[in-house]
Amino acid sequence: MTMEATRYDDGTITYPGHPRGPDGAEPVETIDLSEYTAEVVTWTTSTATPPGVREPNHLAIVEFDVSEASDDASSSRTQSGDDGASVRAIGQLTTGDVETGDEVRPVYVDELREPGAGIREPESQAWDGYRFEPL
Amino acid sequence: MGRVAIIGASMTQFGQREGEWIQDLLAEAGIECLEDAGVDADDVEHLYVSNMASGEFEGQTGVPNALAHDLDAMPAYTQRIDQTSSSGGAGIYAAWQSVASGASDMTMLVGGEKMTHKTTGEATDVIASLTHPAEYKHGVTLPSFAGLTARHYLERFDAPRESLGKVAVKNHKNGVDNPHAQFQTEVDLETVLESPIVADPLRLYDFCPITDGSAALMLCPESIAKEYADEYAVITGIDGATDTHVVHEREDPTVMGGVVESGKGAYEMSGYGPDDIDVAELHDMFTILEFLQMEGLGFAEQGEAWKRVEEGHTERDGELPINTSGGLKSKGHPLGASGVAQGVEIYEQLVGEAGPRQVDADVGLCCNVGGFGNCVITTIMEAAQ
Repeated sequence: MTMEATRYDDGTITYPGHPRGPDGAEPVETIDLSEYTAEVVTWTTSTATPPGVREPNHLAIVEFDVSEASDDASSSRTQSGDDGASVRAIGQLTTGDVETGDEVRPVYVDELREPGAGIREPESQAWDGYRFEPL
Repeated sequence: MGRVAIIGASMTQFGQREGEWIQDLLAEAGIECLEDAGVDADDVEHLYVSNMASGEFEGQTGVPNALAHDLDAMPAYTQRIDQTSSSGGAGIYAAWQSVASGASDMTMLVGGEKMTHKTTGEATDVIASLTHPAEYKHGVTLPSFAGLTARHYLERFDAPRESLGKVAVKNHKNGVDNPHAQFQTEVDLETVLESPIVADPLRLYDFCPITDGSAALMLCPESIAKEYADEYAVITGIDGATDTHVVHEREDPTVMGGVVESGKGAYEMSGYGPDDIDVAELHDMFTILEFLQMEGLGFAEQGEAWKRVEEGHTERDGELPINTSGGLKSKGHPLGASGVAQGVEIYEQLVGEAGPRQVDADVGLCCNVGGFGNCVITTIMEAAQ
Protein backbone atom coordinates (compact mmCIF):
# COMPACT_ATOMS: atom_id res chain seq x y z
CA MET A 1 0.00 0.00 0.00
CA THR A 2 1.26 3.43 -0.89
CA MET A 3 -0.01 6.97 -0.38
CA GLU A 4 0.48 8.28 -3.87
CA ALA A 5 0.80 11.94 -4.68
CA THR A 6 1.10 12.97 -8.31
CA ARG A 7 3.75 15.22 -9.78
CA TYR A 8 2.90 17.12 -12.96
CA ASP A 9 5.10 18.29 -15.78
CA ASP A 10 5.31 21.81 -14.36
CA GLY A 11 6.74 20.49 -11.08
CA THR A 12 3.61 20.91 -9.00
CA ILE A 13 2.40 18.04 -6.83
CA THR A 14 -1.08 17.19 -5.58
CA TYR A 15 -2.61 14.60 -3.31
CA PRO A 16 -4.78 13.03 -4.56
CA GLY A 17 -3.76 13.10 -8.21
CA HIS A 18 -5.91 14.36 -11.08
CA PRO A 19 -5.91 13.76 -14.85
CA ARG A 20 -4.63 17.31 -15.19
CA GLY A 21 -2.78 19.33 -12.58
CA PRO A 22 -2.67 23.07 -11.85
CA ASP A 23 -2.54 25.15 -15.05
CA GLY A 24 -3.40 22.06 -17.10
CA ALA A 25 -0.09 20.31 -16.45
CA GLU A 26 0.08 16.60 -17.27
CA PRO A 27 0.98 13.97 -14.64
CA VAL A 28 4.46 12.55 -15.01
CA GLU A 29 5.10 10.44 -11.91
CA THR A 30 3.93 9.52 -8.44
CA ILE A 31 5.53 10.06 -5.05
CA ASP A 32 4.78 7.71 -2.14
CA LEU A 33 4.02 10.04 0.74
CA SER A 34 3.99 7.16 3.24
CA GLU A 35 7.80 7.37 3.17
CA TYR A 36 7.77 10.96 4.43
CA THR A 37 6.76 12.85 7.55
CA ALA A 38 4.50 15.88 7.54
CA GLU A 39 3.63 18.93 9.63
CA VAL A 40 0.13 19.59 10.96
CA VAL A 41 -1.31 22.71 9.30
CA THR A 42 -4.61 22.54 11.18
CA TRP A 43 -6.74 19.91 12.90
CA THR A 44 -10.15 19.28 14.37
CA THR A 45 -12.04 16.69 16.34
CA SER A 46 -15.44 15.98 14.85
CA THR A 47 -18.08 14.66 17.23
CA ALA A 48 -21.07 14.53 14.86
CA THR A 49 -19.91 11.82 12.50
CA PRO A 50 -21.87 10.14 9.69
CA PRO A 51 -22.78 6.43 9.63
CA GLY A 52 -19.75 4.12 9.61
CA VAL A 53 -17.30 6.76 10.88
CA ARG A 54 -15.60 6.51 14.27
CA GLU A 55 -16.71 8.98 16.91
CA PRO A 56 -14.96 11.19 17.75
CA ASN A 57 -13.09 11.55 14.47
CA HIS A 58 -9.75 13.35 14.74
CA LEU A 59 -8.77 14.94 11.40
CA ALA A 60 -5.90 17.05 10.15
CA ILE A 61 -4.62 18.83 7.09
CA VAL A 62 -0.89 18.18 6.95
CA GLU A 63 1.93 19.34 4.71
CA PHE A 64 4.66 16.99 3.44
CA ASP A 65 8.08 18.30 2.53
CA VAL A 66 9.08 16.21 -0.48
CA SER A 67 11.97 18.37 -1.65
CA GLU A 68 14.21 15.28 -1.60
CA ALA A 69 11.95 13.62 -4.16
CA SER A 70 11.83 16.86 -6.14
CA ASP A 71 15.63 16.92 -6.36
CA ASP A 72 15.70 13.33 -7.58
CA ALA A 73 13.09 14.02 -10.22
CA SER A 74 14.21 17.45 -11.34
CA SER A 75 15.06 16.25 -14.82
CA SER A 76 11.44 15.26 -15.41
CA ARG A 77 10.06 18.68 -14.56
CA THR A 78 9.45 21.47 -17.00
CA GLN A 79 9.46 23.97 -14.19
CA SER A 80 10.94 23.87 -10.74
CA GLY A 81 10.55 25.94 -7.63
CA ASP A 82 9.37 25.94 -4.05
CA ASP A 83 5.83 25.01 -5.09
CA GLY A 84 7.07 21.64 -6.22
CA ALA A 85 8.65 20.73 -2.88
CA SER A 86 5.61 20.37 -0.66
CA VAL A 87 2.18 18.84 -0.87
CA ARG A 88 -0.81 18.85 1.48
CA ALA A 89 -3.07 15.98 2.45
CA ILE A 90 -6.09 15.47 4.67
CA GLY A 91 -6.69 12.45 6.84
CA GLN A 92 -7.58 10.97 10.16
CA LEU A 93 -5.24 11.35 13.14
CA THR A 94 -4.43 8.46 15.43
CA THR A 95 -5.10 10.72 18.42
CA GLY A 96 -6.68 14.03 19.33
CA ASP A 97 -3.62 14.92 21.37
CA VAL A 98 -2.01 17.08 18.69
CA GLU A 99 -1.14 20.71 18.02
CA THR A 100 -0.63 22.77 14.91
CA GLY A 101 2.99 22.43 13.82
CA ASP A 102 3.44 18.90 15.19
CA GLU A 103 5.31 16.40 13.06
CA VAL A 104 3.34 13.30 12.03
CA ARG A 105 3.92 10.16 10.00
CA PRO A 106 1.43 8.13 7.93
CA VAL A 107 0.33 4.83 9.49
CA TYR A 108 -1.56 2.31 7.35
CA VAL A 109 -5.13 1.34 8.31
CA ASP A 110 -7.05 -1.28 6.32
CA GLU A 111 -10.47 0.31 6.88
CA LEU A 112 -10.83 4.02 7.65
CA ARG A 113 -14.65 3.89 7.77
CA GLU A 114 -17.17 1.10 7.32
CA PRO A 115 -17.90 0.58 3.62
CA GLY A 116 -21.61 0.55 2.86
CA ALA A 117 -22.68 2.20 6.13
CA GLY A 118 -22.92 5.57 4.43
CA ILE A 119 -24.57 6.71 1.22
CA ARG A 120 -21.63 5.99 -1.09
CA GLU A 121 -21.58 2.77 -3.10
CA PRO A 122 -19.01 0.51 -1.36
CA GLU A 123 -17.45 -0.66 -4.63
CA SER A 124 -16.97 2.86 -5.95
CA GLN A 125 -13.84 3.64 -3.97
CA ALA A 126 -11.12 2.29 -1.67
CA TRP A 127 -11.63 2.41 2.10
CA ASP A 128 -8.11 1.73 3.35
CA GLY A 129 -5.47 4.41 3.73
CA TYR A 130 -3.27 6.24 6.18
CA ARG A 131 -3.85 7.93 9.49
CA PHE A 132 -1.36 10.50 10.75
CA GLU A 133 0.48 9.63 13.95
CA PRO A 134 2.32 12.33 15.92
CA LEU A 135 6.03 11.61 16.30
CA MET B 1 -29.09 41.35 -22.89
CA GLY B 2 -32.09 42.94 -21.27
CA ARG B 3 -32.37 43.86 -17.61
CA VAL B 4 -34.12 41.29 -15.47
CA ALA B 5 -36.58 42.22 -12.73
CA ILE B 6 -37.81 40.30 -9.72
CA ILE B 7 -41.52 41.01 -9.28
CA GLY B 8 -42.55 38.55 -6.58
CA ALA B 9 -41.20 36.34 -3.84
CA SER B 10 -42.30 33.83 -1.27
CA MET B 11 -40.93 31.63 1.46
CA THR B 12 -42.53 28.85 3.44
CA GLN B 13 -42.04 28.38 7.13
CA PHE B 14 -38.55 26.93 7.56
CA GLY B 15 -38.04 24.23 10.18
CA GLN B 16 -39.30 20.74 10.83
CA ARG B 17 -42.29 20.27 8.53
CA GLU B 18 -43.49 16.90 9.71
CA GLY B 19 -45.64 14.98 7.23
CA GLU B 20 -44.83 17.36 4.37
CA TRP B 21 -42.49 16.28 1.62
CA ILE B 22 -40.58 17.93 -1.19
CA GLN B 23 -43.56 18.22 -3.55
CA ASP B 24 -45.72 19.78 -0.80
CA LEU B 25 -43.05 22.32 0.12
CA LEU B 26 -42.30 23.33 -3.47
CA ALA B 27 -45.99 23.72 -4.28
CA GLU B 28 -46.61 25.86 -1.20
CA ALA B 29 -43.87 28.34 -2.12
CA GLY B 30 -44.81 28.22 -5.81
CA ILE B 31 -48.48 29.07 -5.24
CA GLU B 32 -47.59 31.88 -2.86
CA CYS B 33 -45.06 33.33 -5.31
CA LEU B 34 -47.61 33.31 -8.15
CA GLU B 35 -50.03 35.18 -5.90
CA ASP B 36 -47.40 37.63 -4.68
CA ALA B 37 -46.37 38.48 -8.24
CA GLY B 38 -49.91 38.51 -9.61
CA VAL B 39 -48.93 36.07 -12.34
CA ASP B 40 -51.11 33.26 -13.71
CA ALA B 41 -49.50 29.84 -13.79
CA ASP B 42 -50.34 29.71 -17.50
CA ASP B 43 -48.01 32.66 -18.07
CA VAL B 44 -44.94 30.96 -16.56
CA GLU B 45 -42.75 29.98 -19.50
CA HIS B 46 -39.77 28.56 -17.61
CA LEU B 47 -39.99 26.85 -14.23
CA TYR B 48 -36.74 26.06 -12.43
CA VAL B 49 -36.40 23.99 -9.28
CA SER B 50 -33.30 24.34 -7.10
CA ASN B 51 -32.84 21.13 -5.19
CA MET B 52 -29.75 19.22 -4.13
CA ALA B 53 -30.89 15.77 -3.19
CA SER B 54 -34.59 14.89 -3.20
CA GLY B 55 -33.66 11.50 -4.66
CA GLU B 56 -31.19 10.79 -1.88
CA PHE B 57 -33.34 12.25 0.91
CA GLU B 58 -36.73 10.80 0.05
CA GLY B 59 -36.49 8.82 -3.17
CA GLN B 60 -38.40 11.41 -5.18
CA THR B 61 -36.87 12.53 -8.45
CA GLY B 62 -38.38 14.49 -11.33
CA VAL B 63 -39.54 17.26 -9.00
CA PRO B 64 -39.69 20.09 -11.61
CA ASN B 65 -42.26 18.22 -13.68
CA ALA B 66 -44.18 17.31 -10.52
CA LEU B 67 -44.26 20.97 -9.53
CA ALA B 68 -45.42 22.09 -12.99
CA HIS B 69 -48.33 19.66 -12.69
CA ASP B 70 -49.18 20.66 -9.12
CA LEU B 71 -49.25 24.35 -10.11
CA ASP B 72 -50.98 23.64 -13.43
CA ALA B 73 -48.11 25.46 -15.10
CA MET B 74 -47.87 23.10 -18.09
CA PRO B 75 -46.50 23.35 -20.72
CA ALA B 76 -43.77 25.43 -19.04
CA TYR B 77 -40.22 24.28 -19.69
CA THR B 78 -38.83 22.80 -16.47
CA GLN B 79 -35.34 22.10 -15.21
CA ARG B 80 -33.78 21.02 -11.92
CA ILE B 81 -30.76 22.94 -10.73
CA ASP B 82 -28.36 21.02 -8.47
CA GLN B 83 -25.23 22.76 -7.30
CA THR B 84 -25.24 21.27 -3.77
CA SER B 85 -25.77 24.00 -1.16
CA SER B 86 -25.55 26.70 -3.80
CA SER B 87 -28.38 25.21 -5.87
CA GLY B 88 -30.55 28.20 -4.97
CA GLY B 89 -28.03 30.76 -6.17
CA ALA B 90 -27.41 28.70 -9.27
CA GLY B 91 -31.17 28.71 -9.80
CA ILE B 92 -31.18 32.51 -9.70
CA TYR B 93 -28.39 32.49 -12.28
CA ALA B 94 -30.31 30.06 -14.52
CA ALA B 95 -33.56 32.00 -14.15
CA TRP B 96 -31.75 35.26 -14.87
CA GLN B 97 -30.16 33.73 -17.98
CA SER B 98 -33.52 32.47 -19.22
CA VAL B 99 -35.04 35.95 -19.08
CA ALA B 100 -31.98 38.00 -20.05
CA SER B 101 -31.44 35.86 -23.13
CA GLY B 102 -35.01 36.34 -24.27
CA ALA B 103 -35.81 32.63 -24.00
CA SER B 104 -38.53 33.30 -21.42
CA ASP B 105 -40.66 36.32 -20.55
CA MET B 106 -41.80 34.86 -17.23
CA THR B 107 -39.62 32.53 -15.18
CA MET B 108 -40.38 31.16 -11.76
CA LEU B 109 -37.66 29.72 -9.56
CA VAL B 110 -38.61 27.52 -6.64
CA GLY B 111 -35.97 26.09 -4.32
CA GLY B 112 -36.63 23.47 -1.70
CA GLU B 113 -35.36 20.57 0.36
CA LYS B 114 -36.87 18.06 2.76
CA MET B 115 -34.27 16.87 5.27
CA THR B 116 -35.48 16.56 8.86
CA HIS B 117 -36.86 13.02 8.56
CA LYS B 118 -33.24 11.87 8.42
CA THR B 119 -30.96 11.67 11.46
CA THR B 120 -28.24 14.30 11.74
CA GLY B 121 -25.66 11.65 10.78
CA GLU B 122 -27.62 10.56 7.71
CA ALA B 123 -28.25 14.13 6.54
CA THR B 124 -24.60 15.00 7.13
CA ASP B 125 -23.61 11.99 5.01
CA VAL B 126 -25.87 13.00 2.12
CA ILE B 127 -24.22 16.42 2.12
CA ALA B 128 -20.72 14.92 2.58
CA SER B 129 -21.28 12.77 -0.50
CA LEU B 130 -20.09 15.78 -2.51
CA THR B 131 -16.55 15.24 -1.19
CA HIS B 132 -13.68 13.58 -3.06
CA PRO B 133 -13.16 9.85 -2.29
CA ALA B 134 -9.86 10.74 -0.61
CA GLU B 135 -11.85 12.95 1.80
CA TYR B 136 -14.97 10.80 2.15
CA LYS B 137 -13.15 7.65 3.28
CA HIS B 138 -11.71 9.56 6.23
CA GLY B 139 -15.19 10.60 7.34
CA VAL B 140 -14.58 14.21 6.36
CA THR B 141 -17.81 16.24 6.55
CA LEU B 142 -18.65 19.86 5.80
CA PRO B 143 -18.67 20.68 9.55
CA SER B 144 -15.19 19.17 9.88
CA PHE B 145 -13.91 21.41 7.06
CA ALA B 146 -15.34 24.31 9.06
CA GLY B 147 -13.51 23.21 12.21
CA LEU B 148 -10.21 22.81 10.33
CA THR B 149 -10.55 26.22 8.70
CA ALA B 150 -11.74 28.00 11.83
CA ARG B 151 -8.73 26.79 13.83
CA HIS B 152 -6.36 27.91 11.07
CA TYR B 153 -8.06 31.32 10.83
CA LEU B 154 -8.06 31.97 14.58
CA GLU B 155 -4.40 30.94 14.99
CA ARG B 156 -3.10 32.71 11.89
CA PHE B 157 -4.90 36.02 12.40
CA ASP B 158 -4.86 36.00 16.19
CA ALA B 159 -8.64 36.35 16.22
CA PRO B 160 -10.54 35.67 19.44
CA ARG B 161 -12.81 32.63 19.52
CA GLU B 162 -15.55 34.94 20.78
CA SER B 163 -15.69 36.78 17.44
CA LEU B 164 -17.11 33.67 15.74
CA GLY B 165 -19.65 33.34 18.52
CA LYS B 166 -20.75 36.91 17.90
CA VAL B 167 -21.75 35.98 14.36
CA ALA B 168 -24.15 33.40 15.79
CA VAL B 169 -25.48 35.87 18.37
CA LYS B 170 -26.10 38.52 15.68
CA ASN B 171 -27.83 36.19 13.27
CA HIS B 172 -30.06 34.69 15.93
CA LYS B 173 -31.00 38.23 16.99
CA ASN B 174 -31.98 39.02 13.40
CA GLY B 175 -33.94 35.79 13.11
CA VAL B 176 -36.24 36.84 15.94
CA ASP B 177 -37.93 39.24 13.50
CA ASN B 178 -38.23 36.73 10.67
CA PRO B 179 -41.56 34.89 11.04
CA HIS B 180 -40.35 32.19 8.63
CA ALA B 181 -37.13 31.44 10.49
CA GLN B 182 -36.57 28.04 12.05
CA PHE B 183 -35.25 29.66 15.24
CA GLN B 184 -36.84 32.90 16.38
CA THR B 185 -34.97 33.09 19.65
CA GLU B 186 -31.90 35.04 20.71
CA VAL B 187 -28.86 33.28 22.10
CA ASP B 188 -26.18 34.90 24.23
CA LEU B 189 -22.44 34.55 23.72
CA GLU B 190 -22.00 32.39 26.78
CA THR B 191 -24.53 29.87 25.47
CA VAL B 192 -22.74 29.74 22.12
CA LEU B 193 -19.31 29.28 23.68
CA GLU B 194 -20.46 26.61 26.10
CA SER B 195 -22.57 24.59 23.66
CA PRO B 196 -21.38 21.06 22.77
CA ILE B 197 -18.33 20.74 20.54
CA VAL B 198 -19.18 19.61 17.00
CA ALA B 199 -15.90 20.20 15.18
CA ASP B 200 -13.34 21.67 17.54
CA PRO B 201 -13.00 24.69 17.96
CA LEU B 202 -16.54 25.11 16.63
CA ARG B 203 -19.57 24.28 18.73
CA LEU B 204 -23.22 23.55 18.12
CA TYR B 205 -24.25 27.21 17.80
CA ASP B 206 -21.59 27.82 15.16
CA PHE B 207 -23.58 25.58 12.80
CA CYS B 208 -26.85 25.97 10.92
CA PRO B 209 -29.61 23.46 11.63
CA ILE B 210 -31.06 20.76 9.36
CA THR B 211 -34.19 22.20 7.83
CA ASP B 212 -37.23 21.60 5.64
CA GLY B 213 -38.45 24.51 3.56
CA SER B 214 -38.96 26.18 0.23
CA ALA B 215 -38.64 29.67 -1.29
CA ALA B 216 -39.48 31.18 -4.66
CA LEU B 217 -38.81 34.17 -6.90
CA MET B 218 -40.58 35.41 -10.05
CA LEU B 219 -38.44 36.97 -12.78
CA CYS B 220 -39.36 38.81 -15.97
CA PRO B 221 -37.90 41.46 -18.29
CA GLU B 222 -37.80 44.87 -16.63
CA SER B 223 -39.70 46.19 -19.64
CA ILE B 224 -42.89 44.46 -18.43
CA ALA B 225 -42.27 44.51 -14.66
CA LYS B 226 -44.48 47.58 -14.13
CA GLU B 227 -47.45 45.59 -15.45
CA TYR B 228 -47.19 43.40 -12.37
CA ALA B 229 -45.63 45.46 -9.57
CA ASP B 230 -45.20 49.06 -8.47
CA GLU B 231 -42.07 48.12 -6.58
CA TYR B 232 -39.59 45.58 -7.88
CA ALA B 233 -35.90 44.77 -7.82
CA VAL B 234 -33.47 44.41 -10.71
CA ILE B 235 -30.63 41.92 -10.91
CA THR B 236 -27.74 44.14 -11.94
CA GLY B 237 -24.88 41.71 -11.46
CA ILE B 238 -24.57 37.95 -11.16
CA ASP B 239 -21.74 35.48 -11.57
CA GLY B 240 -20.78 32.00 -10.52
CA ALA B 241 -17.41 30.34 -10.02
CA THR B 242 -15.80 27.16 -8.74
CA ASP B 243 -12.82 26.31 -6.59
CA THR B 244 -11.01 23.00 -6.11
CA HIS B 245 -13.05 19.89 -5.36
CA VAL B 246 -10.36 18.74 -2.94
CA VAL B 247 -10.44 21.45 -0.28
CA HIS B 248 -6.90 21.07 1.11
CA GLU B 249 -5.43 21.69 -2.36
CA ARG B 250 -6.29 25.40 -2.13
CA GLU B 251 -3.23 27.57 -1.83
CA ASP B 252 -4.63 29.52 1.12
CA PRO B 253 -7.14 27.75 3.38
CA THR B 254 -8.71 31.07 4.33
CA VAL B 255 -9.44 32.21 0.78
CA MET B 256 -12.43 30.85 -1.10
CA GLY B 257 -11.57 31.43 -4.74
CA GLY B 258 -15.17 30.90 -5.84
CA VAL B 259 -16.30 33.75 -3.58
CA VAL B 260 -13.58 36.07 -4.88
CA GLU B 261 -14.18 35.27 -8.55
CA SER B 262 -17.98 35.29 -8.49
CA GLY B 263 -17.92 38.50 -6.47
CA LYS B 264 -15.53 40.09 -8.93
CA GLY B 265 -17.79 39.11 -11.81
CA ALA B 266 -20.95 40.37 -10.13
CA TYR B 267 -19.31 43.69 -9.19
CA GLU B 268 -18.00 44.18 -12.71
CA MET B 269 -21.34 43.45 -14.32
CA SER B 270 -23.29 45.70 -11.96
CA GLY B 271 -20.82 48.57 -11.86
CA TYR B 272 -21.00 48.49 -8.08
CA GLY B 273 -18.22 47.76 -5.62
CA PRO B 274 -18.11 46.56 -2.02
CA ASP B 275 -18.64 50.08 -0.69
CA ASP B 276 -21.90 50.41 -2.64
CA ILE B 277 -23.57 47.42 -0.99
CA ASP B 278 -26.18 48.44 1.59
CA VAL B 279 -27.22 44.99 2.83
CA ALA B 280 -25.90 41.47 2.27
CA GLU B 281 -26.99 37.89 2.80
CA LEU B 282 -23.98 35.61 3.23
CA HIS B 283 -23.93 31.82 3.42
CA ASP B 284 -23.36 31.34 7.17
CA MET B 285 -23.75 27.56 7.15
CA PHE B 286 -20.91 27.85 9.69
CA THR B 287 -19.93 31.06 11.49
CA ILE B 288 -16.44 30.98 9.96
CA LEU B 289 -17.97 31.20 6.48
CA GLU B 290 -19.33 34.67 7.23
CA PHE B 291 -15.74 35.86 7.84
CA LEU B 292 -14.39 34.20 4.68
CA GLN B 293 -17.14 35.67 2.48
CA MET B 294 -16.78 39.16 3.99
CA GLU B 295 -13.11 39.05 3.08
CA GLY B 296 -13.58 37.41 -0.33
CA LEU B 297 -16.17 40.01 -1.32
CA GLY B 298 -14.07 42.96 -0.19
CA PHE B 299 -16.12 43.92 2.88
CA ALA B 300 -12.99 43.44 5.00
CA GLU B 301 -9.28 42.90 4.44
CA GLN B 302 -8.01 39.33 4.76
CA GLY B 303 -7.85 38.33 8.41
CA GLU B 304 -9.86 41.33 9.57
CA ALA B 305 -13.51 40.36 9.16
CA TRP B 306 -13.59 39.42 12.83
CA LYS B 307 -12.73 43.02 13.72
CA ARG B 308 -15.71 44.33 11.71
CA VAL B 309 -17.96 41.91 13.59
CA GLU B 310 -16.49 42.98 16.95
CA GLU B 311 -17.11 46.63 16.00
CA GLY B 312 -20.79 45.98 15.27
CA HIS B 313 -20.25 46.85 11.60
CA THR B 314 -22.47 43.94 10.45
CA GLU B 315 -25.36 44.41 12.91
CA ARG B 316 -28.76 45.41 11.54
CA ASP B 317 -28.05 49.03 12.50
CA GLY B 318 -24.41 48.83 11.46
CA GLU B 319 -22.63 50.17 8.41
CA LEU B 320 -23.21 46.95 6.44
CA PRO B 321 -26.03 44.80 7.83
CA ILE B 322 -25.28 41.14 7.11
CA ASN B 323 -27.88 38.39 7.27
CA THR B 324 -30.84 40.51 8.31
CA SER B 325 -32.97 37.41 7.63
CA GLY B 326 -31.20 35.55 10.43
CA GLY B 327 -29.01 33.82 7.89
CA LEU B 328 -28.78 30.09 7.49
CA LYS B 329 -27.74 30.00 11.12
CA SER B 330 -31.11 31.09 12.48
CA LYS B 331 -33.46 30.94 9.51
CA GLY B 332 -32.37 27.39 8.65
CA HIS B 333 -30.69 25.72 5.68
CA PRO B 334 -32.94 23.61 3.46
CA LEU B 335 -30.15 23.14 0.94
CA GLY B 336 -31.85 23.92 -2.39
CA ALA B 337 -33.99 26.65 -0.86
CA SER B 338 -31.27 28.61 0.91
CA GLY B 339 -29.88 30.57 -2.02
CA VAL B 340 -33.39 31.43 -3.17
CA ALA B 341 -34.31 32.53 0.36
CA GLN B 342 -31.26 34.81 0.36
CA GLY B 343 -32.68 36.38 -2.79
CA VAL B 344 -36.10 36.68 -1.16
CA GLU B 345 -34.59 38.62 1.76
CA ILE B 346 -32.65 41.02 -0.47
CA TYR B 347 -35.73 41.52 -2.68
CA GLU B 348 -37.88 42.29 0.37
CA GLN B 349 -35.27 44.72 1.71
CA LEU B 350 -35.12 46.54 -1.63
CA VAL B 351 -38.88 46.84 -2.12
CA GLY B 352 -39.50 47.80 1.51
CA GLU B 353 -41.28 44.62 2.59
CA ALA B 354 -38.90 43.41 5.28
CA GLY B 355 -41.06 44.57 8.19
CA PRO B 356 -39.16 44.88 11.46
CA ARG B 357 -35.99 43.69 9.71
CA GLN B 358 -36.11 46.59 7.25
CA VAL B 359 -32.90 48.53 6.68
CA ASP B 360 -32.22 51.50 4.42
CA ALA B 361 -31.03 49.79 1.24
CA ASP B 362 -30.89 50.55 -2.47
CA VAL B 363 -28.35 47.87 -3.41
CA GLY B 364 -28.09 44.39 -1.94
CA LEU B 365 -25.89 41.34 -2.43
CA CYS B 366 -26.28 37.66 -1.74
CA CYS B 367 -23.56 35.04 -1.79
CA ASN B 368 -24.55 31.37 -1.90
CA VAL B 369 -21.84 28.79 -1.25
CA GLY B 370 -21.89 25.13 -2.30
CA GLY B 371 -19.70 22.52 -0.67
CA PHE B 372 -16.96 24.22 1.32
CA GLY B 373 -16.55 27.01 -1.21
CA ASN B 374 -16.51 24.51 -4.09
CA CYS B 375 -19.20 26.39 -6.08
CA VAL B 376 -20.32 29.95 -5.42
CA ILE B 377 -22.91 32.32 -6.88
CA THR B 378 -22.89 36.04 -6.09
CA THR B 379 -25.92 38.13 -7.02
CA ILE B 380 -26.30 41.91 -6.79
CA MET B 381 -29.72 43.54 -6.94
CA GLU B 382 -30.90 47.11 -6.84
CA ALA B 383 -34.25 48.70 -6.12
CA ALA B 384 -36.01 49.77 -9.32
CA GLN B 385 -35.49 53.47 -9.95
